[in-house]
Parts: sequence; C-alpha cells; structure tokens
Amino acid sequence: MKIKTVFERTPTFKDCVNHYCPGCGHGIAHRLIAETIDELDIRGRTIGIAPVGCAVLEYNYIDVDMIEVAHGRAPAVATGMKRTNPDKIIFSYQGDGDLAAIGTGEIIHAAHRGEQITVIFINNAVFGMTGGQMAPTTVLGQTTATTQKGRDAANEGYPLQVSELLALLPGAIYVERCALSSPAQILKAKKAVKHAFELQIVGAQGLSLVELLSPCPTYWRMTPVKAMEWTENDMTKVFPLGRLKDESQKHSMSV
Amino acid sequence: MDERILMCGNEALAESAIIAGCDAYFGYPITPQNEITAYMSKRMPEEGRVFVQSESELAAINMVFGASATGKRAMTTSSSPGISLMQEGISYLAGAELPSVIVNVMRGGPGLGNIAPSQGDYFQATRGGGHGDYRTIALGPSTVQELVNCMPLAFDLADQYRMPAVVLADGILGQMMEPIVFNNKPRRSLPPKDWALTGAKDREQNIVRSLWLKEGALEEHNYKLQAKYRQIEANEVLCEQYEIDDAEIVVIAYGVAARIVRSAVSKAREEGIKAGWIRPITLWPFPTEQISKAANELSIFLVVEMSMGQMVEDVKLAIAGKVPVVFYGRAGGGVPTVEQVLEKIKQLTIPAKKR
Repeated sequence: MKIKTVFERTPTFKDCVNHYCPGCGHGIAHRLIAETIDELDIRGRTIGIAPVGCAVLEYNYIDVDMIEVAHGRAPAVATGMKRTNPDKIIFSYQGDGDLAAIGTGEIIHAAHRGEQITVIFINNAVFGMTGGQMAPTTVLGQTTATTQKGRDAANEGYPLQVSELLALLPGAIYVERCALSSPAQILKAKKAVKHAFELQIVGAQGLSLVELLSPCPTYWRMTPVKAMEWTENDMTKVFPLGRLKDESQKHSMSV
Repeated sequence: MDERILMCGNEALAESAIIAGCDAYFGYPITPQNEITAYMSKRMPEEGRVFVQSESELAAINMVFGASATGKRAMTTSSSPGISLMQEGISYLAGAELPSVIVNVMRGGPGLGNIAPSQGDYFQATRGGGHGDYRTIALGPSTVQELVNCMPLAFDLADQYRMPAVVLADGILGQMMEPIVFNNKPRRSLPPKDWALTGAKDREQNIVRSLWLKEGALEEHNYKLQAKYRQIEANEVLCEQYEIDDAEIVVIAYGVAARIVRSAVSKAREEGIKAGWIRPITLWPFPTEQISKAANELSIFLVVEMSMGQMVEDVKLAIAGKVPVVFYGRAGGGVPTVEQVLEKIKQLTIPAKKR
C-alpha cells in the first residue's frame, strides 16, 4: 500500500504547542497567514507585527522576522517599516481592542495615507487577554466583564464597524470581512488573507485589510462548538461577511 | 561643506541629521520646532530618504520604532507637550533596545504652557520619562554649532548602545541663527545591526520585543540594560569647565542658560570674585565626578536653569552635602539675565555689609 501525504504543517507555522484556549480563533488565523507566506514564497522578505493582546506571542508560532509593539500602534510601526523598506512585505495583526479602541487613530490614518501594508484584524467582540471586557465591537446585549447586564447602547454605544469605516477611505484598496467559524468560511478567509498579501506583493497603492470574526469561547462563556455557531449565526448579523471593497482590478490583478 | 554658513538651530540640526545618515524622519507640527519638519519635508525626498508627517506624536514615535527595528537611522523632533505624548514609544524603544534620535526643542510648561523657551523637561529627558527602569542618553547643546555637532553624536551613541538618544534644545536655540560649519568627519566604529528585522532570508527569525514573561527573564533584561547604562556613565560623559581650580563659587548650567552664566562669571571675575563654571554637555550621563571633584571645602555651588530647579537635584547628588548648593531659575518662558545671575553670584560671595 502506498502512503501519500495529503496534508501537512506549512513550514512557516512552527511545530509547537500554542498558548491559546481551546476553540480560540487565533491559531487558525496564524495558520492562514503562515500558509500564505509559504505559498507566496515571501518568508525571506516578510516582517510581521504582533499586537498587545492574546496574540502578543505570535512570533512564537509564525517563523518570520517579527516585532512586538505598543497597544494600537501597529499601523504606525508598519508605516515606519514599509516606507524605509518598500521591498519588504509588512503585515500587522491586531485585535479589536488594539485596532478598534486604542489604535483607531493609527489605523484610520495609515489607511488614509494609503500605506502599502497588510492588516489582519481579529474581531472576537471582546478584550481577551485582560479578562473579557467590552470591546468596541462587543454586540448589543453581550455580557462581558464590564457589561455584566449586557451591552446597552444607551450607556456603552453601538458596536463599531471599523471595516465599513475604513472602506470609505480612498487609501484603503481592499477590505474584506470573513469568519473563522466553519471549514467553508475558513477557506474563504484563506483566500482573502492571500489576496491581501498579493496586493502588497504587486505594489498596489494602498492598504489591504482582512477582518476575521473569531471565536473566543472562554470570554463568551461558551463551548468551542457553540462559539463557532455564535460567530457564524449571531456575530455576522452585526458584522456582515463579504468584500467591502476591492480595487485590485486597478492593479491588473485577478480577483 | 566646510564653509561657515548662517542657519537657524532648527534647520541646522535637520541638515546635520541628514549628513549623519538619517534614513527617515517622522514628525508632527508643534511650535517652536516647525522649521525642522518643513525643512525635512523638502530635503529628505531630495536625498531619496523618507519623510512622513504623522497624525500625532504617538504615531511619529511609533514610525521611528518601526523604521529603527529594520536597522535604519530614524529620528523625530517635537517640543515639550509632544514629547510627553511620545513617552510610551520611548519606553518601548528603551525596552526593545532600538536606537533612535529624538530632539526636544523645549517650550514652557506644564500643560500647553506657552511657546517660549524653557528647560522644564530635564527630569523627563534624564530620568527616562516613560514607565519602567530605563534611561535615555540626553545631550544639552548650548550653541547652534554644538547642536549641529550633537546630531551625529546622538545617532552614533544610539546605534552603539542600542537605545534612544535625546537632544534637548530649547526655543531660543531652535530659532536663533548662528554661523555654523557642518562636519562630516568619520566617527566611532559601530557594531553591526544583526538584530534588525530585514526578512529572515536564509537565517532564523529575528524578534524585536520588550515583553519578557518567563519568571526572572525581565529582571535579567533589566540587569542587562543597567549594565549598559553603567558603561555609558563610565565612558560617555561630556562637560566643559572654566576657572574652577581657585573658584569660591562654581556656577553650573547647561544649554542656553550656560551662555548667560558664562558672561556672568566673566563679569564676576572682572570684579575680583573667584568664580568658575561647569557646563554639562551630556545631561545623562551626568558629569557627577567632575562636579564632585570641583567641590572643595571653601566653595559654594550655584545652579542656574530655565526651570524651577531640575538639574539642581543631580548637582546635589554629585556634591552629596559637601558644600552648599543654591538654585536660581526662571520658568514659563522667563530667561535669566546676566545681571540677575551676577547679582546672585555677588549675594553668595560678598558679605551683605560689603555689598
């Protein structure tokens, strides 16, 4: 009997045990990035930016040159890197507390300037590392450590749809929202992540961002399976999936 | 360029940074240093280098962080309130051991203060300014020429020791025009930046970080930083002194205030008062030893600052109670005059009935 390898770990995804909770979406998102880097053969010219949050140790899992930055400041750091190294592929990885709360100014202005970087935005509707507090993306009625009766628009405002905001800016050339909620959705997410990197590789004049709705069973107080379902069925009502903007045709790229 | 030309401090320091090999400048407008940003916006692209006007000082210092992490020479400039905003990034630069140059053209504070010259940010520059146990190299030039000379030195020190270097100028130095000569002599030899993020082609990944979670790891990192700081204190102190051997009064000042002190001390000598001065050029590392040595039993020390008394604390630490240390300063844009300093010298050296 002949044994054929049909699936293996992509080399840039390190062979180690990660620190994420069972059912967390970060591991999937990391893998999609690592696969993309290998498929596009860009490991030797990629620099990644790890956020403050659960994914701060991302460099332990993705085997490329990486930096750890202050909370929210990744798009500014990416700007400094890309402007001085236009031949390098720069990606940042930011959570919703990082990108949509403390770093709102940095992401909007990086997009506004049309920085040629790739942003992977993990939206799990909660602050993970600090213990499950409300994020700007927490949905109405969602209970968190700081909205114990559920998020109430009268007091805490509405979930912030950053991707829709960014898609309005001419400097953002590709914005897509996907979900890490099922094999089918994960495959779509992979395509989006790859497309975002490809745009940078061809020198597309602007910022590309993929928002990934990502389960956080621990702070949603759900089982991993239930969290996947909630991501796909409930979160998507507030954060609809799909391509919000794609100007890749301008850069003679197939979509 | 070796001919003498007339330039204002802000533009002169910018050109000097370009000559020193600054690859990238990131800045946000704030008075009284706007000439730097405007100058860089024109000159950096002419040299094929990077200029970005950031959306805030927070962004500017983080752009510096990013560029520096890839091994490039990066700088930013601002004035007091903007430098306060940058403190988060400066702490990260220190923690991640990234070289960078930060120029603070100081203005009056606290708060929005005013746009007049000041030396009110001495504590911030010499104590670290942000969170955690760290230092930044701090240079305090007193003329436009010295400001020009400080730029390559700041870049070299930052690269050699992998840490931020701060140049503390003030509104007067930034705005005033003086004749200068740009000097492009070869300087110290620097270690290779093998830690830089350049893409892990045919090598293991490089990681630039300031987070150390493993038990004991952060303490170890702090010891490493402190060892580096002790080395800098031993090797990099710069100061100037004048007629302190027989001095009954030693006046200490830095930056623009030192120019006023120099005139006041010369006048005091003309009047027969045995006065001398010491001018720290590096504010950190501070010339503790030089000041300590200058203190004999008969002397008295006067510290003059354009603040309510900040460097005076370092002088007191250096003197360690051996002799009296008196402070005279003005703040909020007030600049001590030669007459005021001379009067203070007389008060401290001539008994009241003889005056």
